[in-house]
Amino acid sequence: MLATKRSPLVWAVHLSVLLIVILWTLPTAGLLISSLRDKDQLAVSGWWTALSTSSQNLVYRAPGAEAQAQKDGKFVISGNVLDGANAKVSAFGFSSREPAAFPAGQTATLNDGAQLTVREDGSFDLVSDKSFEGDRGQRIFITAGVPPRFTFDNYREVLRAAGIGTSFINSLTVAIPATVIPILIAAFAAYALAWMQFPGRAVLVAVVVGLLVVPLQMSLIPLLRLYNSIGGMLGVPAKTYAGIWLAHTGFGLPLAIYLLRNYMAGLPKEIMESARVDGASDFEIFVKIILPLSFPALASFAIFQFLWTWNDLLVAMVFLGAGDQELVLTGRLVNLLGSRGGNWEILTASAFITIIVPLLVFFALQRYLVRGLLAGSVKGG
Amino acid sequence: MQQLFMAIVTMAAGVFACAAYFFLTNWLLDRIFPSRGVSSARASRNMRIANQIRPWLFLGPALLLLSVYLIYPVIESVWLSLHDRSGQAFVGLANFNWMIHDGEFRQSIFNNFLWLLVVPALATFFGLVIAALTDRIWWGNIAKTLIFMPMAISFVGASVIWKFIYDYRAEGRDQIGLLNAIVTSLGGAPQAWITLPFWNNFFLMVILIWIQTGFAMVILSAALRGIPEETIEAAVIDGANGWQIFFKIMIPQIWGTIAVVWTTITILVLKVFDIVLAMTNGQWQTQVLANLMFDWMFRGGGDFGRGAAIAVIIMALVVPIMIWNIRNATREMKG
Repeated sequence: MLATKRSPLVWAVHLSVLLIVILWTLPTAGLLISSLRDKDQLAVSGWWTALSTSSQNLVYRAPGAEAQAQKDGKFVISGNVLDGANAKVSAFGFSSREPAAFPAGQTATLNDGAQLTVREDGSFDLVSDKSFEGDRGQRIFITAGVPPRFTFDNYREVLRAAGIGTSFINSLTVAIPATVIPILIAAFAAYALAWMQFPGRAVLVAVVVGLLVVPLQMSLIPLLRLYNSIGGMLGVPAKTYAGIWLAHTGFGLPLAIYLLRNYMAGLPKEIMESARVDGASDFEIFVKIILPLSFPALASFAIFQFLWTWNDLLVAMVFLGAGDQELVLTGRLVNLLGSRGGNWEILTASAFITIIVPLLVFFALQRYLVRGLLAGSVKGG
Repeated sequence: MQQLFMAIVTMAAGVFACAAYFFLTNWLLDRIFPSRGVSSARASRNMRIANQIRPWLFLGPALLLLSVYLIYPVIESVWLSLHDRSGQAFVGLANFNWMIHDGEFRQSIFNNFLWLLVVPALATFFGLVIAALTDRIWWGNIAKTLIFMPMAISFVGASVIWKFIYDYRAEGRDQIGLLNAIVTSLGGAPQAWITLPFWNNFFLMVILIWIQTGFAMVILSAALRGIPEETIEAAVIDGANGWQIFFKIMIPQIWGTIAVVWTTITILVLKVFDIVLAMTNGQWQTQVLANLMFDWMFRGGGDFGRGAAIAVIIMALVVPIMIWNIRNATREMKG
C-alpha cells in the first residue's frame, strides 16, 4: 500500500509471509508425509528425510550347516542377506563390535578361517575348506541403504485393525443429523426474532447472546444425571445417538439463532411487506421467501456446526460412551495415543483420516466459513 | 453399513418430524382462527390472535431445547456445587473450601491464567500482523487459506500433529521429532518437551495459538479493509510513515474488533480440554480447569459436587464477557 512501495520492504513482506506460511503448514505436512512412509523407516528417521535414501543397520543370520553345498572341494553356504528387499548393501561385518568393517564386495576372513563375501545386491557366499557344523548359522551384520518407500499400508492397517473404520461411521452418524436438526429449529426461531412482533423479543435476543458463551462444562453433569434418570425411568440406554444429536443441537442453537437472526434482520423489508399485501401468511413468507434468501447464512452455520460436531471430543465422551463400538474418531485417536503412543505409523494415519473430512469441507466451502465468522463476530461486536 | 443406514433413516425421520411440527401447528392455527371466508370483523380479530400465537410456535422448539440444554443445567450446576458427591446432601460451601486447599486445583487455576495471558494475546497479535502483511501481496489469499487451515482440524488431531513434533528419542539416536532434530542439529541436547514442568504449558499453548491465529487473521483482515481510505490518505499527506499509520491510524480504528477477537479466544481458552487431555492428561503440572472438571466427573465413580463446583468457577470467569456481549448487542439493536 504505502511505505511498501520501496522494494526492499516489499521483499521483506514477501519473505516473512512465506516464512509464516511454511511455519503454519509444516506440522500438517509432516503428519501427511509420515503417514505415507514405510513404518520401519518412519521409526528411525525424520519425515524430512523421506525422499533421501536412509541407512539402516540390519542383522542377518545365515542358514546352518544343513544348507551347505560342496563345490570344487569346498563347502559353500549361499543366500541373500536382504531377503529380496529393495536395498543396497554398503558395508558388512561379522562381529557386533565392528558391524561395518568391510565394504560391500570385499571378502572377509572369519575367526575360524571361513571366508565371507557380501555383494552390493545382498547375495553372499560363505566358503570354507572344512565342513560347517551346527544348526546356528553365522551372524552377518550389514549396513544397507534403503531407498524411500511410500505406501498405503499404514492406512490399510488402521482401517482394518485399529477400529478407525467403525469410528469414521460413528462420527458421520453423530455429525450429520447434529448439523441438520439445529438449522431447521434455529431458522424458525431466528425469523420470529427478526421479523415478528411480540412482547419480550428484545429480552429473548439478549438471552441468546448471553447463552452464546455459556461454557459446555456447566451442562455436562446436570445433563448426564438427566439422561441417566430418563434412561432408568423408560428402561432405555442413557447413551444413544438421539441423545447426542439433541445435545449438539442444544449447544449449537445460540450461535445458529444469533447468526441467522442477524442475517435475516438485514434482508430488505419491502419484500416481506409486498408479500404480506398479497395475502401471504408468516409461514408462507418464511418458507418461500426468507429461507431461500438466507441460504448463505444457513451454509455458514452448517459448516461451523459440522466442523464442531465432527471435531468434538467432550460431548461424545460424556453422552456416547467409550465402548469400542461407540467411539467417534476423536475419541479413538485419544485412545490410540494412550495405547499405541509410540506407533507413529498408526497415529499419523489415524490422525490424517480424522482430519481429512473437515479439511475437505474447509477447502471446498471456505467462502461461507469466512462469511459466517465475520457475521458472528464483527457485526455482533 | 447397517448403522449408517439407521443413521440416515433416523436423520430423515428427525428432519421430517421437525418440518411436520412447524407445518402442522401453522395449519392448525389457520384452521382455528381462519382469516379467509369469514366476516371481515372476525377475520381481523382472528388474524390478530393468530399473529400473537404464531411467534411462539416458531420459537417453541428452540426455547425448549435452550432451556433443557443450557438454562436448566446452569441453575442445576450451581445447585449441585453446594451438594455432596452424589448430589443428595447439602454441604454448603464445602466444595469450594476443598478447592482452595487442593493443590491440583491451584495448579489448574495458575495454568489457566497462564493460558489466558498468553494465548489470546499471541493469537491476536499474530493474526493482526499476518492480516496486515497478507493484504499487501498478490498471493495473500493463498497464504491466508493455508494459515487459516488449522481451524478445521480438531484439537485432538492437532495434538497428534504437535506431539509428533515434540517427539523425543534418547540422546545419540536419530530424532524423528522436528523440534528435537533442530535442537540436536544446533548442538543442543534433546529434551522430552512435554514433561518439562512449567515450560510444557507453553508447548501446549502453541497448539491453540496455531489453530486460533487463522481465526484472528480472518476477522482482523476484514476490519483492516473496512478502514476508510480517507483517514489513511490524510495521514500520508501529513507525512506519517508506515509504522505511524499502522499503529496510530489503523489500530485505533479497529480496537472494537480486536476486543471481539480477544474475548472470543479467551472464552475458548477457558474451556480448553481436548489438548490437555490428549497431550498430558494433566500430568507434569499441566492440569487446567476443564480437564480437572472432567476428571472429577468420573474419578472414583464421579464426584458431581466437586465437578459442578469447578464448572461454576469456569462460568464465573466467563460472566464478565457475557455481560459485555449482552450490553453491546442490546445497544446495537436499539441503535
